[in-house]
Amino acid sequence: MSERIEIRLAGTGGQGMILAGIVLADAAIRDGKQVVQTQSYGPEARGGASRAEIIIADGPIHYPKVLDADILLCMSQVACDRYGMMMRRGGLLIVDNNQVSRTPTAYAVQAPITQLAREKTGREITANVVALGVLVGLTGVVSRSSLEAAVRARAPKGTKDMNLEALAAGFEAAQELMQE
Amino acid sequence: MNRVLMQGDEACAEGAIAAGCNFFAGYPITPATEIAEVMAHRLPQQDGVFIQMEDEIASMAAVIGAAVGGARAMTATSGPGFSLMQENIGYAAMAEIPCVIANVQRLGPSTGRPTSPAQGDVMQARWGTHGDHPIIVLCPSSVRESFDLTVKAFEFSERYRTPVILLLDEIIGHMREGVELPADKTTLNVKREQTLVPPEWYKPFENLATDVPPLIPFGEGYRYHITGLHHDERGYPTDKVDEVEAWTARVYSKIKQALSEVLLYEENGIKQADTLVVAYGISARSARHAVEMARNRGRRVGFLKLQTLWPFPEEVIEQAAERIHRIIVPEMNLGQLALEVERVAGRRKVRRVNRADGEVIKPEQILSAIEGMR
Repeated sequence: MSERIEIRLAGTGGQGMILAGIVLADAAIRDGKQVVQTQSYGPEARGGASRAEIIIADGPIHYPKVLDADILLCMSQVACDRYGMMMRRGGLLIVDNNQVSRTPTAYAVQAPITQLAREKTGREITANVVALGVLVGLTGVVSRSSLEAAVRARAPKGTKDMNLEALAAGFEAAQELMQE
Repeated sequence: MNRVLMQGDEACAEGAIAAGCNFFAGYPITPATEIAEVMAHRLPQQDGVFIQMEDEIASMAAVIGAAVGGARAMTATSGPGFSLMQENIGYAAMAEIPCVIANVQRLGPSTGRPTSPAQGDVMQARWGTHGDHPIIVLCPSSVRESFDLTVKAFEFSERYRTPVILLLDEIIGHMREGVELPADKTTLNVKREQTLVPPEWYKPFENLATDVPPLIPFGEGYRYHITGLHHDERGYPTDKVDEVEAWTARVYSKIKQALSEVLLYEENGIKQADTLVVAYGISARSARHAVEMARNRGRRVGFLKLQTLWPFPEEVIEQAAERIHRIIVPEMNLGQLALEVERVAGRRKVRRVNRADGEVIKPEQILSAIEGMR
């Protein structure tokens, strides 16, 4: 089996975790990778637990769900409590420290994702795209150009520029985090 | 770039369009709604008809009416809606109406868990409507297969004049994968059989050697009767035993004659194997992963993925099972298709791996069964 990278994006319904997962998967396709994206959510449209999972590989992907996440993004405390321990040893945990105060490991990368969204774009709703910028900036699981193309293709009408700004803010934050 | 990110539900709808489907009637339900959404968008572009009906009973009725009118018709639903459709699916079986019903399975019974996957409708797809009747049931395990098997479903329904059921599940339906759809999206090259006889000689249920009498659309001057009652060759109700028996024999025979066409499956590494994993749908993904893990540990494991669940591929299982010591059947139910595998291969050989709590079976669980750890 070829190497597979397992990514889980976890948060609350309405935060755009599933759309972020779709954008990331779209970027992986643009990079010429194999990809499977799945999601899990409750019957409610907003407020319940929501997560997207993305598997990226060079070869065929059989089991389509995350087994042990290589990369975990938590955008809510509930998500972090639930999935924080379900990671591969040495995996990367990224939390929005505006939403998450307790992490199961001290190695968690803390980024003020919601705050960045509010400050850079004026809209907290772009936090999911800021998060993608942070995640890809830190890991390089997809190329920046493919991710930008995917955001351009998938952003709701009239929000393209705002989302590209959000993405740039995320990459910038990743740069700063790596320098720390 | 030709590869696009697409959901299984979308691929099902695109497969329908590629197969020339020009009529969809349905009622939205998680996790099948996306099929209706895409059809609502795509059908008007193709001069097709999309109708959102008041419920699933009416949806199935509309599909039958459209098909008798000459349309290539389908509907899509999930468990609760599939239950409502059963009466009219029986009508379609009795009147031999070509149509396609996609059931994107979710966890039941009843309303269950609408956003969770399951494979609990395998037996319902076979026997959900009352009385003896043949049916064809296809089950995709990827986004691409959702496209391909939908095309096949229309092909089989038209060619053998029968309802065909597609069993997806919440994961396959909502999952996104990169797929490259056939560039040549020509209409399915299967036309409904025509008749050479004039209207006054036409018998819509004639006992022909092919066992598939042509169905001439209403409105073309061929006047005939359709009913859910047992009927004679002209379609009129009958209580004559020889006519009832002839109908039953013919509809079973037409599917039996078509087995080599209808039974779709993929096998991998069976010849050298002592253990065989038989799987379908989403569980086939877990199973294939587990088979790779087991082979990496030096186990000789064969893999058989069933794309056609009904008619059940008895001979395929029988032949595959001959030299096999143990057969593992993972399913997201408490053992439905395993009943058939056990019937053919014997209970002693079969190990079931089941999960019916809305979570996909993990490869580890199947690996344990392969290694005899359970």
